[in-house]
Amino acid sequence: MSGEVRVEAAAGCHIFSGCGFPAPGLENFYFKPLFTVGSFGFTKPMLVAVICTVLVLAFFAAAFWKPKPVPRGIQNLGELAILFVRDQILRPSLGRKGDTYLPFLVSLFYYIFLMNLMELIPVIQFPAMSKIGFVVAPVAIVYVLYIYLGFKNQGAWGYIRNMWPSGVPIFILPILIPIELLRFFIIQPFTLGIRLFANMFAGHLLLTIFMVATWYLASLSIGLLFAFGSAVMVLFVFLLELLVDILQAFIFTTLTATYIASSLEPQH
Amino acid sequence: MSALAGALAAASPTVLQINFGAVGYGLAAIGPGIGIGLVFGHAIEAMARQPEATGRITLYMWVGFSLTEILALLGLVVPFIFHAS
Repeated sequence: MSGEVRVEAAAGCHIFSGCGFPAPGLENFYFKPLFTVGSFGFTKPMLVAVICTVLVLAFFAAAFWKPKPVPRGIQNLGELAILFVRDQILRPSLGRKGDTYLPFLVSLFYYIFLMNLMELIPVIQFPAMSKIGFVVAPVAIVYVLYIYLGFKNQGAWGYIRNMWPSGVPIFILPILIPIELLRFFIIQPFTLGIRLFANMFAGHLLLTIFMVATWYLASLSIGLLFAFGSAVMVLFVFLLELLVDILQAFIFTTLTATYIASSLEPQH
Repeated sequence: MSALAGALAAASPTVLQINFGAVGYGLAAIGPGIGIGLVFGHAIEAMARQPEATGRITLYMWVGFSLTEILALLGLVVPFIFHAS
């Protein structure tokens, strides 16, 4: 919550005490810096991103530091994690020869999943992916990757030529070619990023609205019943956000695998 | 959009102030509401026809759901992006 909402809520602003509902909005996504280095302010979303990176690296390092043929302890969990991404995400799109992309997809999936999960962990409660800057990084990496792979595997002209199928009637081509070019170079990365961003933004907003409403409605009267209703909604939204977190990480990684697959061999 | 809302409010004192962002989200939720219903409905029917394909159908069901859901969520997010202030 931003500073102003916290102050109003802490000052006992409840429903029948004459103040309006402090509706969460865009200002909840801006944070004052935790510390400043020169003109660079290190804010809470940056801290969340750094924590997630360190956690993912630490987990996989701990699991595979001294790997044994018969896994013991945390290596079991690490193998489960990798096999989930390999069998559910990589194999359906890329097949066996896509295994070279497994490290990238594993890191991508668990990074995004952990960043999303930060929305639900009590003290942190902020999905860093709800700020567009943190989404741009994975999207840019995926974009450059699939464009580069397309040009490398199919040749510059071959890649662009393969964007539309060969057997179409000639009069459709003036419509089809711009649409396919637009799709490959602009719409795909845009929707890939916006999907993750909008899901996290909307989820954080929902969770914040119902949590603030629970506090706001909890005045010592019929307000307690309202607050209870709002608390039930918090539970539902929490479960929904749990589903959305893992689903969005899964979708991002699956679409990345699909885009890589369509770059490795011609689509049609 | 706030210019339109201001003009409406100025034109008639009894007209309520319309929050176009909220109206926009309501309209944006119509299509994905139908779409998600279709996705899950067809997935359930396919799973009933061929239970052994449940795993593969579930995978595509979730992919279809998230692609359709994004349009409704864009309706929620866009009023914040195009904020007049």
